[in-house]
Amino acid sequence: MDPLADTADTPMSYLQSFGLKADLVLPLTWGVLLISLAVIAIVSILLVRGLFVSPKTSVAGPDSAPVERPASGASWITIGVGISAFVLFLSAVWTMATLAQIGRPPHEPAFTVEVIGHQWWWEVRYLSDQPYRTFTTANEIRIPVGDTVAVKLASRDVIHSFWVPALGGKTDLIPGQNNVTWIQADKPGVYRGQCAEYCGLQHAHMALLVVAEKPEDFEAWWNEQLEPAPASETARIEEGKSDFIQKCGICHTVRGTRAQGIVGPDLSHLMDRRTIAAGTLPNTPGNLAGWIADPQHVKPGNKMPQPEISAAELQSILAFLETLE
Amino acid sequence: MNNVTAMDYQESAGLAEAGDRSLASKLVAMALLITALSPVLGGCDAAESTPKEAAFGDSTRGAKLIKQHGCGGCHIIPGIRRADGLVGPPLNHMGKRVYIAGVLRNTPGNMIKWLRNPQAVVPGNAMPDMGLSEDQARDIAAYLSTLE
Repeated sequence: MDPLADTADTPMSYLQSFGLKADLVLPLTWGVLLISLAVIAIVSILLVRGLFVSPKTSVAGPDSAPVERPASGASWITIGVGISAFVLFLSAVWTMATLAQIGRPPHEPAFTVEVIGHQWWWEVRYLSDQPYRTFTTANEIRIPVGDTVAVKLASRDVIHSFWVPALGGKTDLIPGQNNVTWIQADKPGVYRGQCAEYCGLQHAHMALLVVAEKPEDFEAWWNEQLEPAPASETARIEEGKSDFIQKCGICHTVRGTRAQGIVGPDLSHLMDRRTIAAGTLPNTPGNLAGWIADPQHVKPGNKMPQPEISAAELQSILAFLETLE
Repeated sequence: MNNVTAMDYQESAGLAEAGDRSLASKLVAMALLITALSPVLGGCDAAESTPKEAAFGDSTRGAKLIKQHGCGGCHIIPGIRRADGLVGPPLNHMGKRVYIAGVLRNTPGNMIKWLRNPQAVVPGNAMPDMGLSEDQARDIAAYLSTLE
């Protein structure tokens, strides 16, 4: 995977759909948009006509007949209200019908992913019937193309909202409440999502990526995610691992090491991800170093403090992190 | 005798008068040219500016590579948007600085060497190896050399 390739293949737009759920909503989106444009056009034309077309009656002088006031003004109102009410009623029915269609997934979901919102990152837990096959990751959700995936939504702090425009609409993550939604991608690709409910200082930097790939590749990826951190090949990497455990393990988890913190994102397979800091920076060595050395500069107010590490410790930690594929 | 006479003064004044219109139009043209070029001449470094030409490498491609690799995450780099990191030293005037990292003389060859493997030049320093190829390092060095 080329870390320098664009992080999302598809534009973050809801005017095109790349999955079943978005396919069902798209006609409504365009329909309501076109109705709105028609209304704007009609009202504008009437407004311009009212501004520039002079009235038929004009005052000719004191001897002329009094101004005739045609009594037909009311018909504008009754016809206008009638048409508007009818169109609005149709839109309401159409909206309700679409909501009913997407409320439950049409097919049985292949598996469930639990997305837990934190300020300002996404905890992602892959659930399975077999407990040893569940695992945790962060900020990047991989799904198999063509399969329905159930998404359970919860929050550790404030209200967030899960939104991947190319694949469907928004569903909130509300503390104290478990919401359920579903997504499906019918074309392979990388789809960017964004938190859609203002959740604090770094709400704008709380993005996520949904990566849809072929089912066999997805299975292989799931199995890889279950692997623990590899054994250190060099002394430097081993030093990096112990530096990491000491300086970073209190907040971050790397499966297979003594770093088991749950305050920050799980970093077990960090090199697998296209971005870091919840979609804020592409995952390249330079960006990773800059992030670790000074997270408050990149994302002011986020919950990761500036680690007190020497330059040599930074290098060994980077060497260790680079082994986490 | 080649003394300057009143006639000479008058002649030159006359020329100025006759050429007034063309002189004025030249002044206007120059004013317009300066205005048009002011983004480049002004040397604004907060926003993106067109990199000047380097003698080696492609500085435009270098600027793109700098953005892609995230150099701005650690360094303040003039002409690169959001390059405002405080982890490493600022890179303004890099084209004129005498030393790189306090140990190498600032030549294109040394800059390429540093960019490709900073850990070999100063082991344990804060700048990681970024996995740059020779061409990529040359283009980045070219951009840095344009920073006067």
